[in-house]
Amino acid sequence: MSFVSLFLGSNDRSETESSPISQWASFGAAILFLSLVLYASFSALEYQWNWESALRYKKKFSDGWIATLWISALSLFFAFLIGSLATLCSRARFLPVRYLSMIYVELTRGTPLLVQIFFFFYVVADAAGIQNRYVVGIAIMAIFSGAYISEILRAGIEGVGKSQLLSAKAIGFTEYQTFRYVIAPQALRSSLPALAGQTANLIKDSSLLSVIAISEFTLNAQEVNAITYSSFESFFPLAIGYLILTLPIMRLSRSIENRLRFET
Amino acid sequence: MKLELESVVKTYGSQHALDSLDLAIENTLCLALIGPSGGGKSTTLRLLAGLESPTSGTIRIDGNEIAHEDRQLREYRQKVGVVFQAYNLFPHYDAITNISLPLEKVHGYSREKALEKAEALLEQFQLTDHRFKKPAELSGGQNQRVAIARAIAPDPDIVFLDEPTSALDPEMTAEVLEAIETLIESKKKLVIATHQMGFAKHAADTVAIIAEGKLVEVGNSALVIDSPRTARGQKFLKAYLKF
Repeated sequence: MSFVSLFLGSNDRSETESSPISQWASFGAAILFLSLVLYASFSALEYQWNWESALRYKKKFSDGWIATLWISALSLFFAFLIGSLATLCSRARFLPVRYLSMIYVELTRGTPLLVQIFFFFYVVADAAGIQNRYVVGIAIMAIFSGAYISEILRAGIEGVGKSQLLSAKAIGFTEYQTFRYVIAPQALRSSLPALAGQTANLIKDSSLLSVIAISEFTLNAQEVNAITYSSFESFFPLAIGYLILTLPIMRLSRSIENRLRFET
Repeated sequence: MKLELESVVKTYGSQHALDSLDLAIENTLCLALIGPSGGGKSTTLRLLAGLESPTSGTIRIDGNEIAHEDRQLREYRQKVGVVFQAYNLFPHYDAITNISLPLEKVHGYSREKALEKAEALLEQFQLTDHRFKKPAELSGGQNQRVAIARAIAPDPDIVFLDEPTSALDPEMTAEVLEAIETLIESKKKLVIATHQMGFAKHAADTVAIIAEGKLVEVGNSALVIDSPRTARGQKFLKAYLKF
């Protein structure tokens, strides 16, 4: 194997496939390499580890982790509703509705989540008289993620071939039937990997809700930090807690992608 | 079947796909449209099938003018069948669902009746073993036969076939042409755009040559293909014989 071929990947999976043992060995080598880098960095820092004080607050970690899980799950559900609605509106015949959807998607995708959180929390929620900050938090995440989901769904819908639409027309399907039986199933299928990725993003992005004092995973870790005067002892569990949620989702996304590639 | 096209024009932007096409035929069971690619046969077929509306001109089939209004056009499309060059089956449904779904959703069949009919058609085209396979798992010839079964399932008045064998190798072409022949034997009215001159000659009773968006000539299939009268027709058919 030449030096260059180490980096020039192959798109053909069968070429890069090797025995499970050597795969695990390669994986182990990669992990070992990263661990060494990490270890070296911390040695240079001469960091004084103090796990005991941080671990005393493990209930705070687990409570925060569960709160993040709930906030993410509920946000995801509403994000889907909002995203689907925005996609439908972006295809509406009535132009104002179409522009409304377009403006929502562009503004949301084009501004930092942090700004949106402050804006919704201090302006919109206040004006609407919503007291419960968890409700506000979930609403913000749903609105934010909904814009991305809308874009993903829109791309999926536009990806359905013209020949499919022609075929539906020839059969005599109505517009609704064409959407229901031809466009939606194909668009949803092709959007699945991106949707799974967006779900992982939503979970990570929900950490920003800590700025409006929602005691989710990140805020709780920060509090442990403040109480124990530690820093990495609470940030490491934080990172791992998020990975436990996001890694399976990203793996799922990858496997859906592979299956779709096989099917078509 | 009786077809009348009067000064039919179809433009796409600045391009004239059909440039005042006139065509009148009657007492025809199977009409073949032949001619060079880009000459207007597929456009003619799409207009006849009600998939597009002409820019100007009128089209009458068996004396009835094809409507322009969406609803009526959809009703018309429900009464005809279309087979496309690239099959255009739905990739997310298996063969039997591709056939039964339109029956169930458009033509008011119960699910059982729709599946029953689909089964019968799959058997007719020797596809019973493949009924639960999706288009990606079938060969081009098999897909095209499923597409033909889908088109004829609701018992349409006319079936339009747009170059149904142009994407297939000779073996698959033969199996698809055989399937089309069984339709002709069962007295189904067909309009087929094709590059298969041999098939057009023996299976169709009328042939129309369309080139440069106009009708070149029309008549009895054997007469037109063996001894075209016009210079354009002779040039086109000579190219076929040469290679």
